[in-house]
Amino acid sequence: MSKVVLKLGDDVSTDIIYPGRFMATVLPTETPQYVFADLVDFNTRVKNKAIQPQSVIVAGRNFGCGSSREQAASCLKGPDFIVIARDFARIFLQNSINLGLNTIICPSIEADEGDELKISATHVVNQRSGKSFELVPLPQARQAIIDAGGLIPYTRQRLLQTKK
Amino acid sequence: MGMTLVEKILSRAIGQAAVKAGDVVEPRVDLAMSHENGALVINQFQEIYQGTGLEAKVWDPDKIALIFDHRVPAESAKTATNQKRVREFAAQQGIKKFHDIRGDEGGICHQILPENGYVLPGRVVVGTDSHTTSHGALGAFSFGVGATEMASVWALGRILNVEVPGTIKVQVHGDLQSYVLPKDLILYLIGQLSAQGANFKVIEFHGPTIEKMSTSGRLTICNMAVEAGATSGIVPADAETVRYLHEEAGVKGVVEVLRPDADAVYDQVIEVDASELAPQLACPHTVDNVKSIQEVAGKQVNQIVIGSCTNGRLDDIQIAARILEGKKVARNVRMLVFPASARIYRQALKDGTLSTLMEAGAVVMNSGCGPCLGVHQGALADGDVALATTNRNFKGRMGNPSAEVYLCSPAVAAASALTGKITDPRKGA
Repeated sequence: MSKVVLKLGDDVSTDIIYPGRFMATVLPTETPQYVFADLVDFNTRVKNKAIQPQSVIVAGRNFGCGSSREQAASCLKGPDFIVIARDFARIFLQNSINLGLNTIICPSIEADEGDELKISATHVVNQRSGKSFELVPLPQARQAIIDAGGLIPYTRQRLLQTKK
Repeated sequence: MGMTLVEKILSRAIGQAAVKAGDVVEPRVDLAMSHENGALVINQFQEIYQGTGLEAKVWDPDKIALIFDHRVPAESAKTATNQKRVREFAAQQGIKKFHDIRGDEGGICHQILPENGYVLPGRVVVGTDSHTTSHGALGAFSFGVGATEMASVWALGRILNVEVPGTIKVQVHGDLQSYVLPKDLILYLIGQLSAQGANFKVIEFHGPTIEKMSTSGRLTICNMAVEAGATSGIVPADAETVRYLHEEAGVKGVVEVLRPDADAVYDQVIEVDASELAPQLACPHTVDNVKSIQEVAGKQVNQIVIGSCTNGRLDDIQIAARILEGKKVARNVRMLVFPASARIYRQALKDGTLSTLMEAGAVVMNSGCGPCLGVHQGALADGDVALATTNRNFKGRMGNPSAEVYLCSPAVAAASALTGKITDPRKGA
């Protein structure tokens, strides 16, 4: 069971997820301190480790639009969030898959902060409302990267194949 | 069945006769660009090689470009150290397309690439910056990627598991009115499509208005294609592309021109009559919140920003200077101008454009991303309203979530600088 800890609307940009003024910080080990830096209460809860791993952020359409900054994915991966959105912007989705951030495309999702969700391979069930919402599979083209556990191990495999 | 321009480019990049939207391909990359975030790419690149026993060497140093622009000169010790790391990596790997913080060859990556002839029609370009869409202006397939994706390209010379995107054809006819610019056209289109309307698709621009448009204007419209969610914008190369590459970008020899097939299959076709278009503004806090100038004229502004990869080229700065010549920026307004490259800066210095702007009261800053992303220079105060020729107005974009940013053309920005209010440049200009 995973709890919704943040509910957001459509078109949440990477400037909201990880403001540009923190872009000089690049290492995935350091970026989580600036996650949603301008949502001060939420950021404080993350920094104080007051949020359980595998907690859920629910968003509307086009989550992660804007900049290609990978910090926007790594700052969510560090605290081990699950992001469920109606859909995602292209670069953000690819960065998330590359880094192994759990992103779930669920076009009809209805959930509020505090709701408990049961997530399977095909559906998200909201335990409060009892409603079930169908998932859209991640792009088939990226499946090999997901299966390898991210783009770094996948590229490493490919590199070793080509050098043999 | 005919191919769109991107299908054609990708079919060549994998050495097959044809591909179609939805196919998964691994195209070879002709140019791989990064800016300061090259520091993270280096980190990920080295991680790929860990435990392999292989030496971490990039696949082809001549196909990598590294350009400092986001925080130049460095605003902090941390940035300076990142830049040092990238500088050392460029030297160690033999990367010659390296543009450091310099007054002769520095500038914003999306201006450095075209003006040095690094991008040619029909090529595949990736960059760790979302506005890498810009280079579609030269008929290349050019798109933004993350740092780890780039590290993979540096290792393999190919980009893995790319789904061939579908294409939206935008057909533009009619002459733009005087003081209505390519920026107004792309803002209008983003308003029509919405911020998600072209998600995972390419926008291919056609029609007499595009054919007449300079490469500078084409760079503006392709630059902002990503604000409608597009993977890229692209203008099929033509006589203007060849002229630009030969006359302005120093490219020698024959430039091969690749065009889409007449019977290409498009996901959607959009017709635009440019002759009807008024100046457009993207209002806070999303780029698709687009309004005609009549709806927002009179709004008080505190800071005017002219520059960026979107509108920091010579023609953009010149049109502002024409509007401001012999006049003064309103007393309650700060006006900042940052040319897109050192070359443009020097051209504007030589032809008097910069002194005209400074005599009017503008502050001319060094080339770079400057205030656009709110990292350093030109941050906004609480409650401030900025009017900028840049490409994003997200909450907090210019360094302060309690401020507002409106996006517009250089003509609207300059006309508004005179009055301190959002002003239609067609009136009294």
